[in-house]
Amino acid sequence: MSTRLAKTGRLVDHSRAIEFTFNGKRLKGHPGDTLASALLANDQMLVGRSFKYHRPRGIVASGAEEPNALVGLGEGTRFEPNQRVTTTELFDGLTCISQNHWPSLDFDIGAVNTHLSRFLPAGFYYKMFIHPRPFWKHVYEPFIRQSAGLGKASNPGDPDRYEHFYYFCDVLVVGGGVAGLQAALAAAEAGSKVMLIEQTAHWGGRSPVDGGEVDGQPVAEWVDATIAKLQGMPNVTLRNRCMGAGVYDQGYALGYERVADHTPGSDAPRHRLWRIRAGQIVTATGAIERPLSFAGNDVPGVMLASAIRDYAVDFGVSIGDRTVVVTNNDDAYRTAITLKQLGLEIPVILDARQSGGGALADEARALGIRVENGKGIAKVKGGKRVTGVAICAQAGEGAVLEEIACDAVAMSGGWSPVVHLWSHCGGKLIWDEASAHFRPDPDQPPKGAKGEGFVIPAGAANGAGDLASVVSDAHAAGQAAAKAMGHKPKGKAPKASTSEEAPMQPVWLMPQGAGIKLRMKSWLDYQNDVKVSDVQLAAREGYESVEHAKRYTTLGMATDQGKLSNINGLAILSDALNQPIPQTGTTTFRPPYTPISLSSIAGEAKGEIFQPIRKTPMHGWHEANGADFEPVGQWRRPYCFPKGEEGRHEAVNREIKQTRASLALLDASTLGKIIVKGPDAGRFMDVLYTNMMSTLKPGRCRYGLMCNENGFLMDDGVVARLDEETFLVHTTTGGAESIHGHMEDWLQCEWWDWKVYTANVTEQYAQVGVAGPNSRKVIEKLTEDDISADALTFMGWTEITVAGIPARVFRISFAGELSFELSVPASHGRALWDALLEAGEEYGVMPYGTEAMHVMRAEKGFIMIGDETDGTVIPQDLNMDWAISKKKDDYLGKRAQEREHMADPNRWKLVGLETLEGEVLPDGAYATAPGTNANGQRNTQGRVTSTYHSPTLGRGIAMGLVHHGPDRMGEVLEFPKVDGGIVKAKIVDQVFYDKDGEKQNV
Amino acid sequence: MLILTCPCCGVTGEETEFHQGGEAHLKRHGPGASDDEFHTYMFAKENPKGVHFERWRHNNGCGKWFHAARDTVTLEVYGTYPAQTLEPPQDIRDAITAKRPGWTWRDFA
Amino acid sequence: MKHYSAFAVAREALRYHMGWERAWASPEPKKKYDVIIVGAGGHGLATAYYLGKNFGITNVAILEKGWLGGGNTGRNTTIIRSNYLQDPSAAIYEKSRSLYETLSQDFNYNIMYSPRGVIMLAQTEHEVRGYQRTAHANALQGVTTEFISPARVKEIVPIINLDGPRYPVLGGLWQARAGTARHDAVAWGYARACSAMGMDIIQKCEVTGISRDRGKVTGVTTNRGDIACDKLGLVVAGHSGHLADMAGFRLPIESVALQALVSEPIKPCMDCVVMANTVHGYMSQSDKGEMVIGGGTDGYNNYTQRGSFHHAEETVRALVETFPMVARLKMLRQWGGIVDVTGDRSPILSKTPVDGIFINCGWGTGGFKAIPGSGWGFAELMAKGHSPLCDEFGLDRFYQGRFIDESVAAGVAH
Repeated sequence: MSTRLAKTGRLVDHSRAIEFTFNGKRLKGHPGDTLASALLANDQMLVGRSFKYHRPRGIVASGAEEPNALVGLGEGTRFEPNQRVTTTELFDGLTCISQNHWPSLDFDIGAVNTHLSRFLPAGFYYKMFIHPRPFWKHVYEPFIRQSAGLGKASNPGDPDRYEHFYYFCDVLVVGGGVAGLQAALAAAEAGSKVMLIEQTAHWGGRSPVDGGEVDGQPVAEWVDATIAKLQGMPNVTLRNRCMGAGVYDQGYALGYERVADHTPGSDAPRHRLWRIRAGQIVTATGAIERPLSFAGNDVPGVMLASAIRDYAVDFGVSIGDRTVVVTNNDDAYRTAITLKQLGLEIPVILDARQSGGGALADEARALGIRVENGKGIAKVKGGKRVTGVAICAQAGEGAVLEEIACDAVAMSGGWSPVVHLWSHCGGKLIWDEASAHFRPDPDQPPKGAKGEGFVIPAGAANGAGDLASVVSDAHAAGQAAAKAMGHKPKGKAPKASTSEEAPMQPVWLMPQGAGIKLRMKSWLDYQNDVKVSDVQLAAREGYESVEHAKRYTTLGMATDQGKLSNINGLAILSDALNQPIPQTGTTTFRPPYTPISLSSIAGEAKGEIFQPIRKTPMHGWHEANGADFEPVGQWRRPYCFPKGEEGRHEAVNREIKQTRASLALLDASTLGKIIVKGPDAGRFMDVLYTNMMSTLKPGRCRYGLMCNENGFLMDDGVVARLDEETFLVHTTTGGAESIHGHMEDWLQCEWWDWKVYTANVTEQYAQVGVAGPNSRKVIEKLTEDDISADALTFMGWTEITVAGIPARVFRISFAGELSFELSVPASHGRALWDALLEAGEEYGVMPYGTEAMHVMRAEKGFIMIGDETDGTVIPQDLNMDWAISKKKDDYLGKRAQEREHMADPNRWKLVGLETLEGEVLPDGAYATAPGTNANGQRNTQGRVTSTYHSPTLGRGIAMGLVHHGPDRMGEVLEFPKVDGGIVKAKIVDQVFYDKDGEKQNV
Repeated sequence: MLILTCPCCGVTGEETEFHQGGEAHLKRHGPGASDDEFHTYMFAKENPKGVHFERWRHNNGCGKWFHAARDTVTLEVYGTYPAQTLEPPQDIRDAITAKRPGWTWRDFA
Repeated sequence: MKHYSAFAVAREALRYHMGWERAWASPEPKKKYDVIIVGAGGHGLATAYYLGKNFGITNVAILEKGWLGGGNTGRNTTIIRSNYLQDPSAAIYEKSRSLYETLSQDFNYNIMYSPRGVIMLAQTEHEVRGYQRTAHANALQGVTTEFISPARVKEIVPIINLDGPRYPVLGGLWQARAGTARHDAVAWGYARACSAMGMDIIQKCEVTGISRDRGKVTGVTTNRGDIACDKLGLVVAGHSGHLADMAGFRLPIESVALQALVSEPIKPCMDCVVMANTVHGYMSQSDKGEMVIGGGTDGYNNYTQRGSFHHAEETVRALVETFPMVARLKMLRQWGGIVDVTGDRSPILSKTPVDGIFINCGWGTGGFKAIPGSGWGFAELMAKGHSPLCDEFGLDRFYQGRFIDESVAAGVAH
């Protein structure tokens, strides 16, 4: 059984106990524990079930590479599935539950799959469940989905806070082990601005576990001293609990800081996402030990040798009383020696190398440990916990030589540098034969904005072995990074311990000649249940590319992304294909290094501040007066202003009736307003608009159309000429920014010699539409200036003072009534609005919203960009040839409109549509034509572009685009409804109300 | 995440400050142009794997358009220069040649 | 070809699965083929498959620079739908969707087509009108869709937040028979079926030149020698411009990065695909339990198969807002693909200026869903010279101004 040792545990505080629960069971741990070490200290080896076969799963590793031990952490709104216990710091009151089993962890019905595993090899689902067809959706798939999926998400919303930081530095060092510390120090001493991040809560990495000396001090002391030194340097920022999650193009990196995961409910943000822009990135990310592939290597209690050592030294936890060590390298001897020195039993060290180990092996033997060279494990005994191993010759086929009882197995298949961050952005790898691992190819780093390499690997992440080579490699990396940033490196690397080790020997399968029955029990990917036999099957079936094999078997696709399984898997694949490992290559490393919370990515932007809201000066009034808002771009505009119990429809009708009968106000401040000024402004306006704008007189307004270079209508609005050199362009609400950009594009990139200046002044002005028969009267109450019909004619504008505020008044009408638009500096908008409401009281004034505006413009037959146009409509389609100047040689879109399809007389054209029964035509309905097209689709001859109930006319009105429409007045079209039935509508003139414009010309 | 330097205001900024606006050095064909000329102007795109000249706007900055010479495979930026030019300046071409000898783009080399 | 079934799996299990054959052969290229398809992605393989199945043309080689299905076929978010607005689009995507329904049975290879339904959320009044229009158009195109209320949206997707303070859900366009499939399996299923018809799939075979004689194609040069052909189909998303350049013509195409990401797997929580275009994000749940998430394209020409983080960030932000439940899930992996974007955002299935060369490209962000329909139509185009499914997607449309534009919204209303 696994238990707490009294004497060791450099990271835990033995003097204090804290409580936590696992599956409701109350357990005790110490401050400094990880959830993994605390579970193990309580003999909770079984922590979950695998993805496919629901096999019992125990903790395998001690860090980020852990594939098995995932739990549901926390409760209620703070519940989080798939939390890795090896990277979860224990805190008082932690609660967690195991996953992927039913009804319980110990007794899981799904474990029947393990007995069926022979019938469920890699990719079995591609070959089965094909008939009968409906069964996939209704029977097979739900079953497969239910048994897969690991944890449950039930969170109704996240109460925690997340934030983003930006950081700029010369050198980012990822990894706070010895290599990271030395690299950071070397770069900082050269004068670089350095950021050093470490994913765990502790500095020093694994080196304090293994010991040795740096700069004449025990390594743990050197780590403390170096941290102190770095903390004292003003050009260094240190962050622990901060993982280097990803490296992106041109020195962009993500740091994922788990600020408060270990102090839930505290005031701090839970996670902080650092968006770092670094000149150079040093990846001192260490190395990960590989498992060995032998039958039963997935039984709980079989662990990485280094992890067993970590638990003993760092946390004072022994995994078992009797630990068998199996290895192909010298490092695992350290585990045996450590355990033996703690008084635990090592029945045997199985060294797969015929020649055995070096000095460490001698040391083990000297301690009285039995060492067997050339031997391996034929099979692990036990179900939910290791009970023993059967020993065989590595060179053979697995004949059992001896069975040894044990309760833990420490395995080591060698070490793989963590090359993820190096690779994210295109860094290439080379295969190191001696160490049997991929390491960064120094000649092919990821390239930055100037074509320079911007990532430098350091220490074990660069394939360095002992402490001395790690320190010198890291020192060189730190200096190289500083030098690349133009700083002058100084000083030499400190001296550090060397260790003489015998060469490792790659062992990809144990025993070498293992038969199929053993290979079917030799796991590569513990979480996804991929075995040696699965990869071999993939190769046999032609899934030969490493990507095919990965996708076919799901190797390396689990939540650990193959940190333990990838190299072993591709070695098996290479062997099956009879090709060298480098030829097989690796799959692509993608960010993040380990999963990061979606909340941290979203950051602060949620709820009300999900996106910025643009507010007009009158927005507050709208809110206070019950406006029913609709989003329009980043603005929110009142759709209508319901009163009391009134619904939307009633409110809109009331607002329209009031406008037509007397007086109403529209907050038109969101309309785009762009100043176009300069000696060539008129010339520029002429190419921008299809109309002739240069002839417009100061003091006058003109409605105009704007097309893109491809000929399609993109915006419309009223242009006012302010003076000889100045135009004020009104655009649609959504168009302001894009139209301004469009103008600048042409001015800067095509007609850069024209003397024109533009400015988007949309938010500098508040604008109020004052509409209705009493609109002149109400303004006259507030001004002494003359705005009579003679002084200010239709489509004229002038400057007045209204309610004491300087204003421009435009006599224009979108509603079809006598109406004015008043434009005042934004800071006076609310005052103007209030003054108009007060002065208009005697006329029953009320505000109206966007929907009333839409209905009234439709009654008048005015087009709306976005309704009558959809990016495929040209002015000619809308019978607006009158707005297309025949006198001009050129305007944007003119040449495009000459193309065959644009000039086709068969294009659909705008008409009014009047239903025979007075009902409202459905939005977006199509008029059918006889027959079907070559693809069997019903032929059509027109469609509805705008349709409303007109309270003014008491019936439905609509506009639409119809084939030869204007020539077919009076014809009746049929519009099928989606829910059955047909609405018949007659083609009529598009102007339904006041065709002669008498209302607006008073 | 690209880094670009605006030749107008001199600011070196993140990609999020800028907006790409398609191919650079287009010759506008307006009324009077043939169908073929107009089509080429509007639609026939240079879409190279490698050296590319394109338009960018410093839209969350000074608002000016400029040109960038950039590699679409390595994302290396060879240089940026004002939009008010009909062809890439010689120093930009030299910078590209130093890195990618023998490059061509449309009629430029 | 060995038949796949539960029975066959059981039988093979008894001999430890030692008896399975290769899913597709790995032949040496011949000197000449009737038809060469460049690109063994979904579209290329499907073209070859229907050339054989519908027209009896089996002397076909499919050349692949890397590994089959390794481009966008293997890196998309697997959504299949046909609720398009314009007639030509609806025709080809609906043909595709209906072929997907029976593809597993056609192939005898389970591609896991799951008609779990797709909802496109309407979050502005403008979108409401746009989707109502699409529903009307679809009804006449033979595509079954429905504009549904917010309550119905909630019923179908209980985890959705209808009342986001910024963009409340106002309804949705629901296509019940849309869904997802296992992307790799689509490529593998086509490959197995093509191989069974005697076609040669040649991987790690890069085309480096295209030979022509008097305006007609004669063959290709590859890293594995010259191969002659009568007809050549270029089906190489992301690299179309490059291949067209070899054949001496230019395309109205630009290549940009499209990103996607997945969460860690969780137990089933969402039984359909949801797309939220106003906030730029969409999400579904895979059979493994991962939440599969996508968004918009990065904004510049890019051949790196990776993108900028801020785009992924925008997408995730939108989905956390729309589905608060995912907030405490974790991003497992993000990646990118290269997509071809045309002048009107619709694909090109066309003859080219070179006699005998046909091009299928420009699927932008929507290629996976179109694979069977595209293959069906393109095979007909290559075999007969025209196809009703492809006729509107010709290169000539850019000369004539006859665009197929699916982006109904030209701008936001007043």
